[in-house]
Amino acid sequence: MQIPAPFDYVRASSVDNALALLDRHGPESRVVAGGHSLLPMMKLRLARPDWLIDINDLFELDYLLVDGPVLRIGAMTRHTTLLESDDVRRLFPIISDAERVIADPIVRNRGTIGGSLCQADPAEDLSTVCHVLEAVAVVRGPAGERMLSMADFHRGPYETAVAQNELLIEVRIPIRTGSASAYEKVERRVGDWAVAAAGASVTLAADGTISQVAVGLTAVGLDRNVTEVEAVLIGQAPTEALFVEAGLLASRSCDPLADQRGPVDYKRHLADELTRRVLRAACRRAAASASDTTTQEG
Amino acid sequence: MTILEDRPSNPAAGDHDRPIGHGRMQRKEDPRFVRGKGHYVDDIVLPGMLHGAILRAPVAHARLVSIDTTEALAHPKVLAVITGSDLQALGLAWAPTLSMDIQAVLVTDKVRFQGQEVAFVVAEDRYAARDALELIQVEYDVLSPVVDARKAMDPDAPIIRDDLEGRTDNHIFDWEAGNKAETDAVFASADVVVKQEIVYPRVHPAPMETCGAVADFDAVEGRLTLYETTQAPHAHRTLFAMVSGIPEHKIRVVSPDIGGGFGNKVGIYPGYILAVVGSIVTGKPVKWVEDRSENLMSTSFARDYIMQGEIAATRDGKILALRTNVLADHGAFNATAQPTKYPAGFFHIFTGSYDLAAAHCTVTGVYTNKAPGGVAYACSFRVTEAVYLVERMVDILARKLEMDPAELRLKNFIKKEQFPYPNKTGWEYDSGDYEPTMRLSMKMAGYDELRREQKEKRERGELMGIGISFFTETVGAGPRKDMDILGLGMADGAELRIHPTGKAVVRISVQSQGQGHETTFAQIVAEEIGIPPEDIDVVHGDTDQTPFGLGTYGSRSTPVSGAAVALVARKVREKARFIAAAMLETRPEDLEWEKGRWFVKGDPSVGKTIAEIAMGAHGTVALPEGIDGNLDAEVTYDPPNLTFPFGAYICVVDVDPGTGHVKVRRFIAVDDCGTRINPMIIEGQIHGGLTDGVGMALMEFIEFDAEGNCLGGSFMDYLIPTAMEVPDWETGFTVTPSPHHPIGAKGVGESATVGSPPAVVNAVVDALSPFGVVHMDMPCTPARVWEAMQGRTRPPV
Repeated sequence: MQIPAPFDYVRASSVDNALALLDRHGPESRVVAGGHSLLPMMKLRLARPDWLIDINDLFELDYLLVDGPVLRIGAMTRHTTLLESDDVRRLFPIISDAERVIADPIVRNRGTIGGSLCQADPAEDLSTVCHVLEAVAVVRGPAGERMLSMADFHRGPYETAVAQNELLIEVRIPIRTGSASAYEKVERRVGDWAVAAAGASVTLAADGTISQVAVGLTAVGLDRNVTEVEAVLIGQAPTEALFVEAGLLASRSCDPLADQRGPVDYKRHLADELTRRVLRAACRRAAASASDTTTQEG
Repeated sequence: MTILEDRPSNPAAGDHDRPIGHGRMQRKEDPRFVRGKGHYVDDIVLPGMLHGAILRAPVAHARLVSIDTTEALAHPKVLAVITGSDLQALGLAWAPTLSMDIQAVLVTDKVRFQGQEVAFVVAEDRYAARDALELIQVEYDVLSPVVDARKAMDPDAPIIRDDLEGRTDNHIFDWEAGNKAETDAVFASADVVVKQEIVYPRVHPAPMETCGAVADFDAVEGRLTLYETTQAPHAHRTLFAMVSGIPEHKIRVVSPDIGGGFGNKVGIYPGYILAVVGSIVTGKPVKWVEDRSENLMSTSFARDYIMQGEIAATRDGKILALRTNVLADHGAFNATAQPTKYPAGFFHIFTGSYDLAAAHCTVTGVYTNKAPGGVAYACSFRVTEAVYLVERMVDILARKLEMDPAELRLKNFIKKEQFPYPNKTGWEYDSGDYEPTMRLSMKMAGYDELRREQKEKRERGELMGIGISFFTETVGAGPRKDMDILGLGMADGAELRIHPTGKAVVRISVQSQGQGHETTFAQIVAEEIGIPPEDIDVVHGDTDQTPFGLGTYGSRSTPVSGAAVALVARKVREKARFIAAAMLETRPEDLEWEKGRWFVKGDPSVGKTIAEIAMGAHGTVALPEGIDGNLDAEVTYDPPNLTFPFGAYICVVDVDPGTGHVKVRRFIAVDDCGTRINPMIIEGQIHGGLTDGVGMALMEFIEFDAEGNCLGGSFMDYLIPTAMEVPDWETGFTVTPSPHHPIGAKGVGESATVGSPPAVVNAVVDALSPFGVVHMDMPCTPARVWEAMQGRTRPPV
C-alpha cells in the first residue's frame, strides 16, 4: 500500500460551500473530483495537500445540456456520461472519439471533465478537444463568475487560470451547423499516457469548401491549436494534398520531448500522421452529415 | 442460504460431470477468493502487532557517509529504527543469496542499486512508519554507476562489489555447455550461417500481491512464527535457521494465500529478515508489506540477457548447429534462484525442439548497479531466454533461406522415434511427438489461408504478420543426483491420511500462488483411490503442517509433488488391499481394484470401499502382521529426470503502417503437457502465460537512465497488459505422456510464458519484412516498431 503524507479531508455540500472551504483552508487545500491524477500523486508524495476538499457530492455540476447554440457541460460530468451521450456523439464526435481512448471504463466512471481540464496534464485529451472546439470555461470564485476562452484558461502544462479559491463549474461549447470533428491517439497500452494525439474540427460551407478549421495536438509540447493550418485550409475544398500540407505544418509547429514513449522524430511523425487522419475523418463526417442529415455517424 | 454444494454446475467448465479423478471441474479454492474470503499476509493481524517500513536509497551507487535517526526516533509512534550498523553488531548485516553470494540486508558501506534497503522503522501503525522515513537524515557520497552490462567488464568500470575480498572487477561467472570444438567445426563447413544479437530485456514478474511478512518472535519460548509471501516455505525455514541461529524446530513458516508469485517470491528479501529483527528488538509481532514501487524496484527481476546467436544450416534447410555467447546482467548481488550447478539456469536447453549435430553456449554473468535477481517471471530457470533465442534464430534462418518458417521447423524436429532424446548439451528429453502438435496448430490457425490473406494485404500496403514458436520446456527440478539449491535436494514430500469415515487429507510441500493446487492435488488422489475430490482436503503452506519439500517454481509442482501425491495414494491403496483382505477373510492377491473399491476376483459383489476399509483400519478388524491401524502413508519423491512439455504457438498481428501500433489479432496455442489432470486449470494457466507473453513482447521493460535511476518503478511506467491488449485465446492440445512420471504428467505453469514471446515478435518481424526488417528486440512499442520501419532498429539496452 502506498501511503500519502498526512492530510485532512472534508466533503463539500455545494459549490458555495466548496468555495468557502477553499477560502478557509487556504493555499495548502486541494479540490478532489475523480481523483485519478491527484490521488496517485499523493500516494507517491509528489502532492502533499494539507486539506482535501471532496466535491463528489456536487451533483449540481453533473449535467449535459443543449442550450440553444451551446452545449453546457457541468464540471463534475463523468467521462462515461460524455462517452454515452447521443447529443455529444451527434454534435461533437471528437469528444466521443477522445472519451473512447481515455483510460479504461473504471477510470471513466469516476474521472470528470473538470478534473481533466484543471489537471492540465500535457498528455490530457480533453484540453486539446476543448481548444479545438473553442470551448469557454466558466469559473466561479468569491467575486462571482468569469468566462475564459481555452487560450486564457489553459496556461501551460499543469497550469490553469483557476485561482486557489476558485472552481471550474462549467464548460460551454459552441454548436456550429455544418461542422464535424475527430480525435485519434496513439498509446503504448490502454490507460497509458498518450504518445501523441490529434484532434480536428471542420466546418464545411454549402459549396463543400472549408469555412472553419481547428487542429490541436496532445502530448507534443503545444498548448494551443495549430493555427498555421487555417491559412492553408480555409476556403479550399478538402483534398488529400491539403491534409498532407496540414500534417507537415503540425509536425513543424510542435515541440515534443523524447521519453520512454518515443523519440522526438517519432512524435513529430505522429503529429503529421494523426493530423492528416483527423482532418480526413472530420471532413468525411462533415460531408456525410451535409449530404444526409438523417444519418448520423458515430 | 446457499452452501457450496448448491453451486449451480457450470457446463462450460464441464464440472457437471463431477469427476472422481482427473477431468474438468471448477476449482475448490475459488469460492473463498471470489467471495473476498482469501487470507493473505496483509490480512494477518496479531495482538500488539507493529508495522515496519524501509527507507530506500535514492541513488544507484554511493558511499554511505552517515545516518542520523534522532528525529525519526523522536516520532511519538516510532518504537525502533534499525540501521546497517545495528545489524552489523548482530552479525546480520549480510545474508546469503540463493546463488552462493551475499546480499546486504541494510546498507553498511555502500549503496549498490537504487531502491536498496538503508534503514528500517518500526512504528505503531503503517502510516507513522512511513512518515518517519522522511525524518531519517542520510548523507551519501555519490559514485558513478555501472548501468550498461556491456561496459561492466571495462578496465575502468567502477568496482561494485568491493565488499568481497580481492575483488578487482565486476565479473561473476563464466559457464558453458555443449562441445565448442565440434560446434565450431560444423559451423566452419556449413553452407549457410546467420548471426544475430538478440536482447531479452529486463522485465518484472509484478504479482498482484506485493511481498510482505509478519514476524512473531516469542522470546520466552525462543520460537519464531513467520508469515511470509513465499513460494518455498520449507526452504525458507531452513535458510532462516542457518542465518538467524534460531534452531529450525523453533521456526514455523506460514505461507497463507499468495496473490501470484511467478518467481518473485522464491528468494528471501531483506524486508522479511527486517521484520524478524524488528520483532526480536521490540518483543512484538511486526508486519512489513512493501508497496508497488518497492516491489518493482527492489525485488527479483527477470531476464536481462544479451545473446549473440548463430545458426548453421545446409542450403536446403537442414539445421546443423547453434551457438551463442550470452552476457547476463545479474544486478548488484548474485541472487538468482536456481540449482547450484547451473548459474545460467537451464539456458542450455537452447537447442530447442530440433535435432542438431552440435551446439555450444557460453554465459558470462556480471554485476551492475541494478536490483538483484534474474530468475523470475515464470521462466523455468531461463528456458524462456533459451526458447526466445532459438525460435528467433530459426525464423531468421527461414528468411535467409527463403523458406516458410513452419516448413523449416517441420523439417528439423526431433522425430518421435528418437525419444528419449539426448540433446547436445546434456539433457535427455523424456518424450515428444512434435509434428502432430505443429500440424494441429496450423490447422486451427488456417495457416495457408492466413499466408494468402497476408499476401493480398501486402499488395495493398497493409502490414499483417504471422509468427510461429515451437518450444520445448524442461521442468520439474529435479533429480537429487543433478541438482540442489544451497545443498538442499529438490525432492518433495507428501502425506495422505484417510479418516475413519473415508474423507481424506493430503499434505504437500509445494505452495500454491494461484495454480489451483487444492483442486489438482485432490484430483490426483481421487483418481488413485476413487473418492471424490470434494472429500479430499489439500493442506499446504505451513511448515508445521506439511512434509519438507522445495516449493513451487519452475513448473515443478505437478512433475515433482504431483508424482509424490500419486505415489502416496498408491501406497494407501496398496495398504487398503491388505486391510480389505483381512476384512473379507481372503488373501490380498485374490483382490482386484476398481476405482474406489477392492473386490474379490471373480465375485465383484464381494468387496470393500475405501471408506469401509478406513473404518476397518481404525476399528476392530484383526490386522495382518506389519499393518498399522490406520490408512495413512507418506513418501518423498526424487524425480528420475525432468519433464519436457512442448507446444506450437501461432500469433497473427496487424501493424498500423502510419503509427507502428501492433494489434494482436489472433493467438493459437497448442500445448502438450502429457496427461491432463484438470483441463480447465491448464487452460487458465495457458491464458495467463499468453497474456504475460504479449506483455513482454509489446510493452514490459524495466529501463534505467544513465545514472542508474529505475524508470519502471510504478504501473504508470512499467506497463502490464490488460484485457484490451489480448485477443480471445484459441487453445488446443495433444497428449504425449511422460514415461517416467507416475501418471504421465508434465508441468505446464510456465509453458505459455516461455513459448509466447517469440511467437509475437516473430509475427511483428514478419509484418515488417516489406521494410527489410530481419530482427527487432522487445518491447515492440509503437515507437520502436516505427523506428524499425525506418531501418533504425535498436536494442533496448
